Amino acid sequence: MRIALAATCIADTLFPAAPQAVVRLLERLGHEVVFPAGQTCCGQMHVNTGYVAEAVPVIRNHVRTFAPVADGEWDAVVIPSGSCTGSVRHQQAMVARRVGLDELAATAEAVAARTFELSELLVDVLGVTDVGAWFPHRVTYHPTCHSLRMVHVGDRPLRLLREVEGLDLVELPAAETCCGFGGTFAFKNADVSGAMLADKTANVRATAADVLTAGDMSCLMHIGGGLSRQRSGVRALHLAEILASTREDPTPLPAATFSEMTTA
Amino acid sequence: MSTFLGIPRRREADDEPFGPLPHPHEPLRWGESFPRAAKAALGNTQLRRNLAHATTTIRDKRARVVAEVPDWEALRDAGSAVKQQVLAELPELLARLEQSVTERGGVVHWARDADEANRIVAQIAEAKGADEVVKIKSMATQEIGLNEALAARGIAAIETDLAELIVQLADDMPSHFLVPAIHRNRTEIRDIFLARMAGAPADLSDAPRELATAAREHLRRKFLSAKVAVSGANFGVADTGTVAVVESEGNGRMCLTLPETLVTVMGIEKLVPTFTDLEVFLQLLPRSSTGERMNPYTSLWTGVTPGDGPQEFHLILLDNGRTKVLEDEVGRAALHCIRCSACLNVCPVYERVGGHAYGSVYPGPIGAILTPQLTGPSGAQSAGHDDPNASLPFASTLCGACYEVCPVKIDIPSILVDLRARAVDADRGRLVDPVAAAMKAASWAMSDAGRFAGAERAAALTHRVGGKDHVVRRLPYPGSLWTGSRDLPVPASRSFRRWWADRKESE
Ligand code: SF4
Repeated sequence: MRIALAATCIADTLFPAAPQAVVRLLERLGHEVVFPAGQTCCGQMHVNTGYVAEAVPVIRNHVRTFAPVADGEWDAVVIPSGSCTGSVRHQQAMVARRVGLDELAATAEAVAARTFELSELLVDVLGVTDVGAWFPHRVTYHPTCHSLRMVHVGDRPLRLLREVEGLDLVELPAAETCCGFGGTFAFKNADVSGAMLADKTANVRATAADVLTAGDMSCLMHIGGGLSRQRSGVRALHLAEILASTREDPTPLPAATFSEMTTA
Repeated sequence: MSTFLGIPRRREADDEPFGPLPHPHEPLRWGESFPRAAKAALGNTQLRRNLAHATTTIRDKRARVVAEVPDWEALRDAGSAVKQQVLAELPELLARLEQSVTERGGVVHWARDADEANRIVAQIAEAKGADEVVKIKSMATQEIGLNEALAARGIAAIETDLAELIVQLADDMPSHFLVPAIHRNRTEIRDIFLARMAGAPADLSDAPRELATAAREHLRRKFLSAKVAVSGANFGVADTGTVAVVESEGNGRMCLTLPETLVTVMGIEKLVPTFTDLEVFLQLLPRSSTGERMNPYTSLWTGVTPGDGPQEFHLILLDNGRTKVLEDEVGRAALHCIRCSACLNVCPVYERVGGHAYGSVYPGPIGAILTPQLTGPSGAQSAGHDDPNASLPFASTLCGACYEVCPVKIDIPSILVDLRARAVDADRGRLVDPVAAAMKAASWAMSDAGRFAGAERAAALTHRVGGKDHVVRRLPYPGSLWTGSRDLPVPASRSFRRWWADRKESE
């Protein structure tokens, strides 16, 4: 398949190892990955903060960049993020309609129909749960709120992780409770956010996992930021980084909390 | 015993530790903005323990009994559809309700706002010569500050729901729909009873059974002497004029049957079109709210039945901002709410800060969308940034747990986002706002890949400040809001975009 990658603005800038791992993984599975150069961001941050007018040009840019998928130029768009996928599916067309851009809304819907979160792409579209990965570490998985409740990825990420050779999967207590990030919530309600984060990191640490993983770098930035502050020794890796890891080309455990860019 | 004067007042030092809240002037707008009030609440360790314990217990119970119902999702759809119909046909349905109630011997009153509703209740009580009324726990009467209004006219309102009684005795404010004293534990309740409840046995322990018995004895005297009862309504059936109250303790049944006169204050959105619609809600409500398959007491009455129960029945239909909410295409879904409190119990924010931080008798996720709509659009008509209610739509991470459990499928996160947009739009041009400026700049950079790549290149230059761990540990304000409890990863030295371009080049 020809798959267009929407890297997400956060991962593109701060955590390139995550989309890079998506490329490694999909290419290993025999697919062609394209990175449409016009991409920036899906517009979620602006929408969720209430800056709708400012979100419109960002959304327009995303929709234009990925519109070729609706014409069959690519088979699918993959986003290694539940919340960005959720925004593409549930917000972009709505916002466009709200400001009277019906044509943009229609295109947004056509693009959204071919857009998948990573675990959805693997399990539903490509039909694999065993991606041939090897990752000999103790791992716990945080199901991010939007992947769970907006995109409904269900247990797909766990099914993928269970097939990873050598991986010791430990259940995260109170896994489905929000980590307290919520974008600008972390700033506007820093105290509540901090209290929620404290509970989340306590649960992560209680698992004695080497690695915390999730399908969203933004939530991992938040929980990982807390784990780093606490010098917990727990790493925060994107699901793709684990699935991309093989005996021949293992994903190294980072020295600190997050992966640095590798040069594959 | 406490008296309610209806105005904020300082309390005597020996009132402590009860009643941390003077009764506010406006039941829908009090205290500080959410972030400040939440910060104070977070520091109250006893409150945190009480809340965490109570919400976790109810949440788990709800999840268990909901899981048993194979057609739960269909029931939610049905509940949502009925409520949509009610809002679409509200004027006709209300007229029909008025007619049915009147035909069955009841008297219908219309109240535009809290003052009108309070005046009507007081006049009815005064006409009966009552200086005491017994009350069934009701959110509508909380919303209008009925107890305080009656007190100002020399009428004492006695709350008969156990938890509401605790709140009343402590001169406190409720913090939850269903368990208004959720912020109290049993030791605190024992202390409140001992200090404030006439006739409480001196050797009262904090065993729930003993506490309930003491309250029961106290209340029984009131039930037997009261001439007038005041209730809210869970549902009002337009076709038949039947009003329904759902409860657990039986105090409601006492109020609804013993006094001669019954006054019900009902929000106009509590309607259902037909009697059979109750079938849907009587399944949805108990499971969502107390986590029970069925609630112990469901009282239904239709007008007046000669020789049985109250011989005079007044139904007060309350607007108090609801028709204004109805005008809003997105926000009106908040009027679907059946006050089950499931969204409060699952909300990670509510669980940590409790109800008082929301500064309204409607706390939690539903409060965050209902309160600001009932009190006026944040920003424009109200006090703008200074209105504490303007902070409510931002009091959520948008995690979606509320939407997932809501028995009538109110998409609370989407309404929150919509209210945020309105708050932002109302504030445009009012003042120089650094957040707005940042959002504008980000929009400019993020709507063009060339500009975005430029911004990334600039950001990458800051990579060095992250040192060996690639994180920043301390930033000046407002970055300090983040670094107060977390490290911040620095931008990568090479963005993914650059890596991709370099890779293509080397191919
Ligand atoms: S919004 Fe929904 S979940 Fe919350 S109290 Fe109302 S009906 Fe219950």
